[in-house]
Amino acid sequence: MTNDRLVIAGREFKSRLWVGTGKYKDFVETQKAIEASGADVVTVAVRRVNITDRSKDNLLDYIDPKKYTILPNTAGCYTVEDAVRYSRLARAAGVSDLVKLEVLGDERTLFPDTAGLIEAAKILIQEGFIVLPYTNDDPIVAKKLVDIGCPAVMPLAAPIGSGLGIRNPYNLKIIMETVKVPIIVDAGVGTASDAALAMEYGADAVLMNTAIAGAQDPLAMAEAMKYAVHAGRLAYKAGRIPRKLYATASSPIEGML
Amino acid sequence: MTGVQDAIHIHVNGQARTWRSGATVADLLQDLDIQTERVAVELNLEILDRAVFGQRRLENGDRVEILGFIGGGTSTNA
Repeated sequence: MTNDRLVIAGREFKSRLWVGTGKYKDFVETQKAIEASGADVVTVAVRRVNITDRSKDNLLDYIDPKKYTILPNTAGCYTVEDAVRYSRLARAAGVSDLVKLEVLGDERTLFPDTAGLIEAAKILIQEGFIVLPYTNDDPIVAKKLVDIGCPAVMPLAAPIGSGLGIRNPYNLKIIMETVKVPIIVDAGVGTASDAALAMEYGADAVLMNTAIAGAQDPLAMAEAMKYAVHAGRLAYKAGRIPRKLYATASSPIEGML
Repeated sequence: MTGVQDAIHIHVNGQARTWRSGATVADLLQDLDIQTERVAVELNLEILDRAVFGQRRLENGDRVEILGFIGGGTSTNA
């Protein structure tokens, strides 16, 4: 498993657990949780700088861009125009051409507007962005995103921050079978077993934020998620036994009295 | 900031500000104590290349947006 690296658009990643940086108590906790998770990709949002109170710390003082791949998102964007604008601003802020593209359709569910997502992805890919789209668990949309040039797709497990776990394992499995790029299950994970399941199904990575940041002990949950993703990946590679209705003895009959 | 006649009125991140005329984007960032390598600047909806921060002079009525990275995962509703 030492060479079991995740590669997206020619970039190699050590960790199959990617984490967000929102909702933590403070930057110190953010930093410690990320470290405990072992993640090497962290997502960030693009927002106005506080110009009135410059004493406030900067997130990047705590998360070294040399050590982590910083993945800016377009969180909070409900239109193609906004998502494209925020992506361009993220690139101008100087981290890389990577963007986790979100075009949201609805405030209550935060489900992606997949039509807008495809449109925005097309524009950004044309401009040289490496677009990692946050999408629904819809195999047809996932395929369309790959067809237009997304080097990975990020289908949700459940609504963002809901902690419901994988709502539609069959759709996710179809996506994993039909799409030939890395699949990163993004959003909706509640606890370690959800992450392990995603990996056992064949996901290439899992991205989460609230499940760790919102846990009663974020650092302990970050560590739990590290092991869950690793265990799930190992189990997937190892190949599970088929499910059977009846018992199969594992001790031999031979030699019994 | 110098005399009133030398002042320009601009908007920085949505806030009305009075600034000295002739100031460049780089001057503005320096005055605000913002490190240029970590932000993106949009001037009247045009995203500026960092290389031109020192040349672009601010004019009366300009709308400047200065953005950086904050904590976030997948969409935060905040």
